[in-house]
Amino acid sequence: MDYMIVVWAVVVLGALAVIFGLVLAIASKVFEVKVDERLPLILECLAGANCGGCGYPGCAGCAEAMLAGKAPVTACAPAGPENAAKIAAILGMEAPSGEKMVAHVLCNGGTNAKKNFEYRGVNDCLAATKVCGGSVLDCKYGCLGFGSCVAACQFDAIHIGENGAAVVDKEACTNCGACREVCPRKLIVEVPYKQKVFVNCSNKDKGPAVTKVCAVSCIGCGMCERTCKFDAIHVVNNVAVIDYAKCKNCTMCAKACPKNAIEPIPTPEEKEKFKAAQKAAAERKAAAAKAAAEAAAKAE
Amino acid sequence: MEFTTLLAISLGAILANNFIFAQFLGICPFLGVSKKIDTAVGMGAAVTFVMALASAFCFFINKILVDLNLAFMQTVAFILVIASLVQFVEMFLKKFIPTLYTALGVYLPLITTNCAVLGVALLNVQNDYNFIESVVYGITGGLGFLLAIFLFAAVREQTEFSETPKAFEGFPIALVTSGLIALAFMGFSGLKVW
Repeated sequence: MDYMIVVWAVVVLGALAVIFGLVLAIASKVFEVKVDERLPLILECLAGANCGGCGYPGCAGCAEAMLAGKAPVTACAPAGPENAAKIAAILGMEAPSGEKMVAHVLCNGGTNAKKNFEYRGVNDCLAATKVCGGSVLDCKYGCLGFGSCVAACQFDAIHIGENGAAVVDKEACTNCGACREVCPRKLIVEVPYKQKVFVNCSNKDKGPAVTKVCAVSCIGCGMCERTCKFDAIHVVNNVAVIDYAKCKNCTMCAKACPKNAIEPIPTPEEKEKFKAAQKAAAERKAAAAKAAAEAAAKAE
Repeated sequence: MEFTTLLAISLGAILANNFIFAQFLGICPFLGVSKKIDTAVGMGAAVTFVMALASAFCFFINKILVDLNLAFMQTVAFILVIASLVQFVEMFLKKFIPTLYTALGVYLPLITTNCAVLGVALLNVQNDYNFIESVVYGITGGLGFLLAIFLFAAVREQTEFSETPKAFEGFPIALVTSGLIALAFMGFSGLKVW
């Protein structure tokens, strides 16, 4: 038997393998695609939830956009400011300054709001707005309470509260924006983490109409506007709006609100106390004016 | 004379002896990447490219093997050639057509084990094709694959939205569909090229 054929087989195949190997080795150098080494580092700093809140396809897409300079380093809200600072350091930029923001639901209607009928359909807010002209709630602006935002939240940070309106858990909230996207009534807004006072109503109708549909609605009376010492709250389109940059969280407006539409909702005692103080202040003012008038009369 | 043989080879490879529907080679990517027409066409094009290159390369490799009396090593040697080729194509695509590279994803390396590619190399030897015939068979075989996967993806995109019995949802109905298309392709087997 000719054993040489075995040797030849090994030699030929070995030679072929070596040649192909060499060609591939050269090709891998020629066709090398440089992957930026900063990419995995950035990816590490992101939340990794692939929540899509940044608007890019997943965390990898966001990291690439950051690297290309298309997205700001703060694009990943769930990662928070520390990680944004880290990414900025990786990219050789200055750390962004910005306070932590969280989501907040501008409605406290829930069971206080009048329902037109019992809705037994799909448990989804958007679906509920599509039946009977969207009139499950008489209030055209209020929280429907079917929990589309709860389903959208990846961080278990938003729930339907005791009274039937959605409430954000600001400790767990990462401000990813998923709930803001899904809310068909656009009730969820971005607010500073530090903020404590909120006007929990978004109804833009006039006072009498609002009173009919909800017990805790803003009627646009302007009491809060007059009470505020910092020019931080104004009635715009029949609903009070707080300027979070000016607000000092003194809660005076909440106490002044006749409809308890401003969070934190004061206890009755607090309200009485506030009213008495207001009255005393008004009396003092009147007395002072009287005294001034008398003094002026005397001088004449 | 030359031209008619090439025409016969082409028509045979694309229609009558279609790699997928008549020879049942390359079924894996055929079922795997046929959910969307775009990726299916991309895959078909990549396979065509690799098949053409593989036919050309394997023709010379086969020459060497036959000269050295090592014809029995064909399969092993061809696999080696195809694997290297696919690696090369992968690097090439990554550098110059990254969009196609990401679209093909894991199926690009899978061409390595695509039996249609190995099949074309072995059939070239079996049929005793010369160099031009081999390359033409490789290209047209790939085009046949492209045609098959395109037709299948087009049908599959439609069945996705139609009502199928629960037990047939997804892959079963896809297999039934491919069986029916294969039956239709059987109609070409009577095709005669002078």
